[in-house]
Amino acid sequence: MNFSMSKEQVDILDAAASFAKGEFDPDLIEECERKCKFPVEIWKKACELGYIGMCIPEKYGGQELGLLESSLVFETFCRQDSGTGLALALSDLGSEIILRYGNEEQKKKYLPSICGGKGVISLAYLEKGQENGMGFFETTATKKGDGYVINGTKIFVSNITQSGPVIVLCRLTEGSRAGENAAFLIKKDLKGLASSLFGDRVGMRMVPVGNLAFMDVLVPDECLLGDGRDGQSQLNILLNEMNVKAAATGTGIAQGAFDMALAYARRREQFGRKIGSFEAIRGKLTDMLIRIELSRLMTYKAAWDLDGNSGNSVPAAMAKKVAAETAMEVARDSLHIFGGYGYIVDYRIERFYRDASMIDIIGLPGHSHESFFADQAIGKM
Amino acid sequence: MDFSLNRNQKAIKEMSRRFARDVIAPVAEEFERTGKHPYDILSQMGDLGMMGIPFPKTYGGGGGDWVSFNLCVEELSRVDMLPGVILDVTVTGAAQELFLYGTEEQKQRWLIPIVRGKTLGAIGLTEPDAGSDASSIRTSAVLDGDEWIINGSKQFITNTGLKNNSIVIVAAKTRRKSDGKETICTIIVPTDSPGYKVGQKYEKLGMRASSTHELFFDDCRVPRDCLLGEIEKGFSQRLSSLQAGRIAMGAIATGLAQACFDQAISFVKKNGKSQTSLFDSQTIPFNLADIAMRIELSRNMYLKAAWLKDQGENHTLEAHFAKLYATETATKIAAEVLKIFSPHGYLEQYPIARFFRQAKLNEIVEGTSEMQRLIIARELLF
Repeated sequence: MNFSMSKEQVDILDAAASFAKGEFDPDLIEECERKCKFPVEIWKKACELGYIGMCIPEKYGGQELGLLESSLVFETFCRQDSGTGLALALSDLGSEIILRYGNEEQKKKYLPSICGGKGVISLAYLEKGQENGMGFFETTATKKGDGYVINGTKIFVSNITQSGPVIVLCRLTEGSRAGENAAFLIKKDLKGLASSLFGDRVGMRMVPVGNLAFMDVLVPDECLLGDGRDGQSQLNILLNEMNVKAAATGTGIAQGAFDMALAYARRREQFGRKIGSFEAIRGKLTDMLIRIELSRLMTYKAAWDLDGNSGNSVPAAMAKKVAAETAMEVARDSLHIFGGYGYIVDYRIERFYRDASMIDIIGLPGHSHESFFADQAIGKM
Repeated sequence: MDFSLNRNQKAIKEMSRRFARDVIAPVAEEFERTGKHPYDILSQMGDLGMMGIPFPKTYGGGGGDWVSFNLCVEELSRVDMLPGVILDVTVTGAAQELFLYGTEEQKQRWLIPIVRGKTLGAIGLTEPDAGSDASSIRTSAVLDGDEWIINGSKQFITNTGLKNNSIVIVAAKTRRKSDGKETICTIIVPTDSPGYKVGQKYEKLGMRASSTHELFFDDCRVPRDCLLGEIEKGFSQRLSSLQAGRIAMGAIATGLAQACFDQAISFVKKNGKSQTSLFDSQTIPFNLADIAMRIELSRNMYLKAAWLKDQGENHTLEAHFAKLYATETATKIAAEVLKIFSPHGYLEQYPIARFFRQAKLNEIVEGTSEMQRLIIARELLF
């Protein structure tokens, strides 16, 4: 057991914090937040410095680091600004699945653009009516000649307006693998593909999200990721990646919100003293500290488990839930410490509260995550 | 003990529910989105006598009681919090202070138009450096011959910056003539007074259509007879009107929580959960059960506080219980329902998104939860 960070990890953390402080321009961010725009300029700089696609091997342009290092970075980004941190963190989702199941051609084609600031991948896995669980996709892929025909609608597809490809999870309809899931990596300019961008939403406004409808979309064989045998593990890998991302970003948002509340409690005076000197406020702040630390520890453990290839996805699922709840409660209590000012956009804390509420939808949303987690942790009975 | 509503209370509740459903619901999302004060809705509320419910007929009111008023506030808030909040500030704030402490002339001039729903009143207490510590306000009022000269600023004042906002009842520091001691008085400031300026409207997390502004008083002059009540009783007068506001906040938060619950129930039913599947799926149904229970607890608390007020009995504890419990509970309920709706609820086209953004405010305004606890603890311990 070793709870200390390596020198490399400390350096990465410090560098990420400097980057965030220096490059997260408040005016630019405010505009992106207001208009639901992806922070392209900041993202490109992050790519140049190697923060995006950190886990990708060096030969494809990555840093060949682990999920743990990646988590440190995105936690730090979210600490500085919740919305920007989320947009950057979700911009390399899907790199893991390409790495594990893509052939050499697919890896050479797509991985360098993720790291290099040229293409952001979209993930299309959620569907309507999945409140009952993720097992059974209604988006189908039917073998036809040299390819597959895909039909169905995916909802809440991340990075939908970005130029990169989309990873779609489908259910195969024919052949020996009928009924099993498969992942396809396809370009967005195919015929029969229609996207609709979501409008106003509570949080995560800088991540373009929308629905993607597939109407008899013909995709060539080479778009299949893997050999059509690995549907279930592909889904698990995607979920693992997303759960760790959720955990890291949730922890970072909670920390950032706490930082702001602490600073405010140190300067705001009422009744002739700093409000941070009142027991009630001190108790709230220290409770927050504890929860953030618990969330952080769970996040790092989950990342470490997956980096070790133990394949143990349970800690990641735990970490997501812990971080989502922590982010919500800490951001809520932090906003509260600001009093009336907490409700005012200019004071920024309300954005952390709104973004905190979105951690829930990374990976499996709402109660479907708990369902999945129970199956993984204690088994179906 | 009688938990039933009388005929008048039932009628007001029904009338408010119909109005909320037929008139407010279709446009609630729009006024949140545009941030425009819904003059027309307020005007219709006035015509229906909502601003006059707890006031006597002699002043244009309905001669009803505070239970009825709070039932009305809850019903409106079940569709959107904004009309409930405006009604609360107008009635428990400005109108109630005028009614309890005003001279006959002040009542004729200012109270009646508010009660009749023609004008809206505001109360100015909070300042940039005086939030929870309300008595540390610095706005000053100096008597100069026949006029009060007011200097200072107020923060987060609702119902200001509106065409038909007639007055702001400003709490200000002044010196007693008798012994020169500093005290807080309340002065009616007509909004067309020289030296009164409405500052910026804030961009907020939610409640975007609420007309909440900074106010500036720059040698603002009002006639001497604008003093409301007794010169050294301003603060205690204000505290008593705030207490009625706390009961109404209980009603508002109950309504908001109910709104969230109504959304959840119809969403869950629509997704085809039949009765038999309660053995297969419990998380959400059990959560709904808890939510319904907590809403009913919130409701009963504000109703009891209102009833005690109607009986003329001390209700300090009950009023603060009502505000504290309902507001904290509603914020949690909104978050729980957001999760039930996940991932859809985050999109602004779903009302739950709006309710989630609005809910948090209730824990802060009309005395933060910490202040509620302080007042309750004081009652219990001292």
